[in-house]
Amino acid sequence: MSDGLSWYIAIVTTINILAMVWLIWWSAKGTYEQSGDDTGHVWDEDLKENNNPLPRWWLWLFYGTIIFAFIYFALYGGLGKIQGALGWSQEKQWEEEVAEAKEKYGPIFAHYASMDLEALAQDPGGREIGQRLYLNNCAVCHGSDARGARGFPNLADDAWLYGSEPQNVKTSILNGRQGMMPAGLVTGEGVDQVVAYVLSLSGRDSGASEKELARGKAKYAACAGCHGAEGKGNTALGAPDLTDGVWLYGGSPGAIRKSIVEGRNGVMPAFQDTLGEDKVHVVTGYILGLSRK
Amino acid sequence: MDAQPTYNDTVVRQFTIMTVVWGIVGMLVGVIIAAQMIWPALNFETAWLTFGRLRPLHTNAVIFAFGGSVLFAASYYIVQRTCQAPLFGGPLIAFTFWGWQLVIVLAAITLPLGLTSSKEYAELEWPIDILITLVWVSYAIVFFGTIVKRRQKHIYVANWFFGAYIITIAVLHIGNSAALPVSMTKSYSAYPGAIDAMVQWWYGHNAVGFFLTAAFLGIMYYVIPKQAGRPVFSYRLSVVHFWALVSIYMWAGPHHLLYTSLPNWTQSIGMVFSLILLAPSWGGMINGIMTLSGAWHKLRTDPVLRFLIVSLSFYGMSTFEGPMMSVKTVNALSHYTDWTIGHVHSGALGWVGLITIGTVYALLPRLFGKPQMYSNKLVEVHFWMATIGVVLYIASMWIAGIMQGLMWRAVNDDGTLTYSFVQSLEAMYPFYTVRLLGGVLYLSGMFVMAYNVWKTVAGVKPSPVPVPQAA
Repeated sequence: MSDGLSWYIAIVTTINILAMVWLIWWSAKGTYEQSGDDTGHVWDEDLKENNNPLPRWWLWLFYGTIIFAFIYFALYGGLGKIQGALGWSQEKQWEEEVAEAKEKYGPIFAHYASMDLEALAQDPGGREIGQRLYLNNCAVCHGSDARGARGFPNLADDAWLYGSEPQNVKTSILNGRQGMMPAGLVTGEGVDQVVAYVLSLSGRDSGASEKELARGKAKYAACAGCHGAEGKGNTALGAPDLTDGVWLYGGSPGAIRKSIVEGRNGVMPAFQDTLGEDKVHVVTGYILGLSRK
Repeated sequence: MDAQPTYNDTVVRQFTIMTVVWGIVGMLVGVIIAAQMIWPALNFETAWLTFGRLRPLHTNAVIFAFGGSVLFAASYYIVQRTCQAPLFGGPLIAFTFWGWQLVIVLAAITLPLGLTSSKEYAELEWPIDILITLVWVSYAIVFFGTIVKRRQKHIYVANWFFGAYIITIAVLHIGNSAALPVSMTKSYSAYPGAIDAMVQWWYGHNAVGFFLTAAFLGIMYYVIPKQAGRPVFSYRLSVVHFWALVSIYMWAGPHHLLYTSLPNWTQSIGMVFSLILLAPSWGGMINGIMTLSGAWHKLRTDPVLRFLIVSLSFYGMSTFEGPMMSVKTVNALSHYTDWTIGHVHSGALGWVGLITIGTVYALLPRLFGKPQMYSNKLVEVHFWMATIGVVLYIASMWIAGIMQGLMWRAVNDDGTLTYSFVQSLEAMYPFYTVRLLGGVLYLSGMFVMAYNVWKTVAGVKPSPVPVPQAA
């Protein structure tokens, strides 16, 4: 903020408040001294005005809020760049609260952060804290029971898009993930053939003929780059296993068709900055514990 | 020889009837979305029935259709009577009625279609904004033209408030709606980021301050002394609280953006001015209620007066609650909770709603040449339905809001949040149910009113009222 703007704000603000002081002082004095005086004006046949004095308590209320205003500005600032005596700002307040919380709760999380993830997954105390973090940070997409929803993976089963190793899961939470299935790799009549073939990978019968399935298998070559020749997926890319009967975007022929034709985009946000590594470690332990009974 | 001039009451009658119609429509949508909060399936998986699209329809319908119609009606009625002059403006008068109705119908079509500028209480897209501007400028010409033609030396206090509201709403609407159109149905705000937010709440809060407060105080200053048959309590109080109200309200907008990316100084000024606003706001309440001193017994026999006085009580309550919620430490608890919803409805149902209803009951018989409403008993029934409805609504939202605020900030020994968001939502069901009940009661009262209005005006051919010639 420039000095000019700062002074402008301070002056206009002060003038408006002082104008209020003048207004109430002036009208409390007034020219009508007697209570109940009539102004002598009449509108619409019988509409009149008395001119009673301003109620005392109301005047003091008004003055009181104005005095409060100047005390508040003096202590907390507000008149442009002029700082308050307490040096308060919302950023400072936030920093202080965060620092206080880190000091108070940091050791608790540091203790769990030093534990091995597989051990943490079985630790009742760690799991309890992990669940609380989970419910407030993860449940909105993955569900309170962690069973996911369409487009949001089930965390309580054994299917892991990016691998089941503890470190893989933790990396997903720390850095986030971008899942991308490109649209239009297969087109025209090939789509239905590939749908039929993909269904057959998990042992489902689409009613397609052997010939169609063979054609689908040939066209599946376009998919094999990510999903693998056998359809087992690729955890390095986050490409789903097509043989395990788990369907992120729905397993109906229609849903699979839509995935092929339109592609899919999935985003897992990164939690490194918001939760910090120690808390991510604890929530990873909780999530791992869900599928490692 | 010139025929004696008569008041233009046709437009007043039109706006008065539409007040009742839009009141029912707007509140019905409110009841539907209140029910959706309990049973989300009530959106029937249909895009235009979802909460996000119906909510702006509800707010626009109750504020600008219901509230707007009664403001047009009452300001046109009052400015003519207190200036002792028929409305100025010829064809512009009818244009304000039909133009405003067109705005409302366009809102009712575009908002459910999802066409929105995303600015709260200013969601309508730019072509409709231009139409609003045209209607509003016409309104200003009609209103101020009538003031200029007045045969009374002094301008009555109600007209100061109407004048301030008409000018300010024009400035706010044009300022906040400034946008770059990219198609007929899409535009982008002319302001960036935090500035856009500040402009939006400068508009938003003053829409409350001038549309829903100053203008309705204008109505209050005519209808209460008329209905009570008593002089206004204090002329000088009206002078002080008018100037204090209009100058202080302008600064209060930032209290909608406390603890956000708005600069600290802006937030502090917004908070401080919101607190100073308490006394000027109460000035209107004192002047209204004290006008009744010496005539309190009339409350026992006149249900219309009861609507007016109870509305002032809710006005006093909301204008105390508002400054308190603007204090940063209180706001840290109340912001984003249902407490805000309760606060808004204490003002909307309690103050604006009740004074609107009272005004319609007071003006309607005079507009249609009847001594009184078809049934005073039904006015009484309506009074109790409305009052109990408001109390259920705001009490449930207070409890719900404070509970949410406390649940959201509760932490365990390890610093993690005690409750997940879903748990706080689950805890809301009983209160959402009571709120719905309150809303249904209030809406049902509107149907009682519609019946009473229908029986009062059906088949009546009102004769024109001549303007008294003696000054």
